[in-house]
Amino acid sequence: MFDDFFIRALIAGIGISLVTGPLGCFIVWRRLSFFAGTLAHSALLGVTMALFFEINIAFSVFIISAVLAILLLQLQKKTKLPNDALLGLLAHASLAVGLVVIGFLTSIRFDVMALLFGDILAVNQNDLLVIWLGGGLILIILKLIWKPLFASTVNYELSEAEGMKPDKFNAIFTILTAALIAISIKIVGLLLITGMLIIPAATARNVSNNPKQMVIFSVIFGLISVLVGLFTSLKINSASGPSIITATLLLFIISLIKFKKVSELKK
Amino acid sequence: MENKNKKILLKVENASFYLNNKALIKEVSLEIKQGEIVTLIGPNGSGKSTTAKIALGIYKKIEGRVRRFTERIGYVPQKISVDWTLPIRVIDFMSLTEDLKNDQINVALNLTGVDHLKNKSLSNLSGGEFQRVLIARAIAKKPELLVLDEPVQGVDFKGEIALYELIKKISEKLNCGILLISHDLHVVMSATDFVICLNGHVCCSGKPHTVAKDEKYKELFGDRASNILSLYEHEHDHSHSADGSIDPKK
Repeated sequence: MFDDFFIRALIAGIGISLVTGPLGCFIVWRRLSFFAGTLAHSALLGVTMALFFEINIAFSVFIISAVLAILLLQLQKKTKLPNDALLGLLAHASLAVGLVVIGFLTSIRFDVMALLFGDILAVNQNDLLVIWLGGGLILIILKLIWKPLFASTVNYELSEAEGMKPDKFNAIFTILTAALIAISIKIVGLLLITGMLIIPAATARNVSNNPKQMVIFSVIFGLISVLVGLFTSLKINSASGPSIITATLLLFIISLIKFKKVSELKK
Repeated sequence: MENKNKKILLKVENASFYLNNKALIKEVSLEIKQGEIVTLIGPNGSGKSTTAKIALGIYKKIEGRVRRFTERIGYVPQKISVDWTLPIRVIDFMSLTEDLKNDQINVALNLTGVDHLKNKSLSNLSGGEFQRVLIARAIAKKPELLVLDEPVQGVDFKGEIALYELIKKISEKLNCGILLISHDLHVVMSATDFVICLNGHVCCSGKPHTVAKDEKYKELFGDRASNILSLYEHEHDHSHSADGSIDPKK
């Protein structure tokens, strides 16, 4: 009924949205949207490094993102620049360096557009394995650290005082975010992965009144967006990554209407 | 007496904490044992909350030494704000750091008089309601050490007294140690085992009636403050009739 590449795209998209749902909630709760964006921007450098040294792309992106996260922590301690300035600095500097390096890799035919916006239709079986194994691992770890991570999200000092070791779990969470970007870079691209993390979670907030509910809705909205986006791109021949994100936006707008109704009822 | 061998829960020795080269507290020492209420008093900015945070290990870069001999700690911070983006109900908040059974949650919320708020969002609570939830959460996990940083702020007058009575009752029932920060000198003087008067450093410390007579305490809080104690401790040899005149005791 459908071509193989389309089935693979569906499986990949579903895998990614299962992970972006819960992780995205934490990113929204912890006000880390811009941080996730910065990590995603650095992924371009990660990809060029992978091509340069001929190593696995996901692995290389993961390493670069993790290095960037550590660099950010150091900069936060050593300079007095505000956080958003530091994030902007790192995001665009790493993007620029990545693009410069790509220019030197003349021997490799390289589709920069696919990198920026993803090419879910070009996913192969190997990629599927990386997404589902990597994604599964991320979800298992997130489930295991849920309690202390959530406690530190609600209040750092409270969780520190009551022995939840927030620093440790915040660091693990950063690594998980870097890992997610690494496995999803090929699907939605580095400019859109942040959208996939934030928009379904933001949509879910409008219709939830407790954390678990928000996570579930976030996953559901992500899944719907992937399905709607992919089938639309098939029907009207639009770019698939951007179509998925456009679908998340539509859901967000619908949730605003619903949200307004609910809050009006409360009055 | 065997009672003297109560377990020590927390020991702070000569702790100093600097922020931007300014000492917030200097060489503060304190000790909390099981079943004991230790209260920190002092003017604004005297380092009460800082001392509590050092005791809890929230501030780690300190001089001196802090040892905690229990991991079962309940903390009521002075200020807590939960972002709107995080939807969380009272019931979710109750088991934030420990998994609790439903009836444990109910009992604790009932004790502080807010069981009807169980399914409400934290962001919809009033200041006083929030404080009651914070206290309920801290005691629900049956801690060995409770740290309460102005726990009744924003609570109505009647509730204030009831909550302090509750705190006292809990310290007896759970036999836990309590580090209390309070502005309410009445309460401090009547319900505390040990008072530490802070003003960047330990001004004076001891049993409530010793501290109340201390010159440094009077300097810090004024003469009227030291009379508070006598209000509570003096023997009544008379009573007052409704119009205020004195009736000698029969």
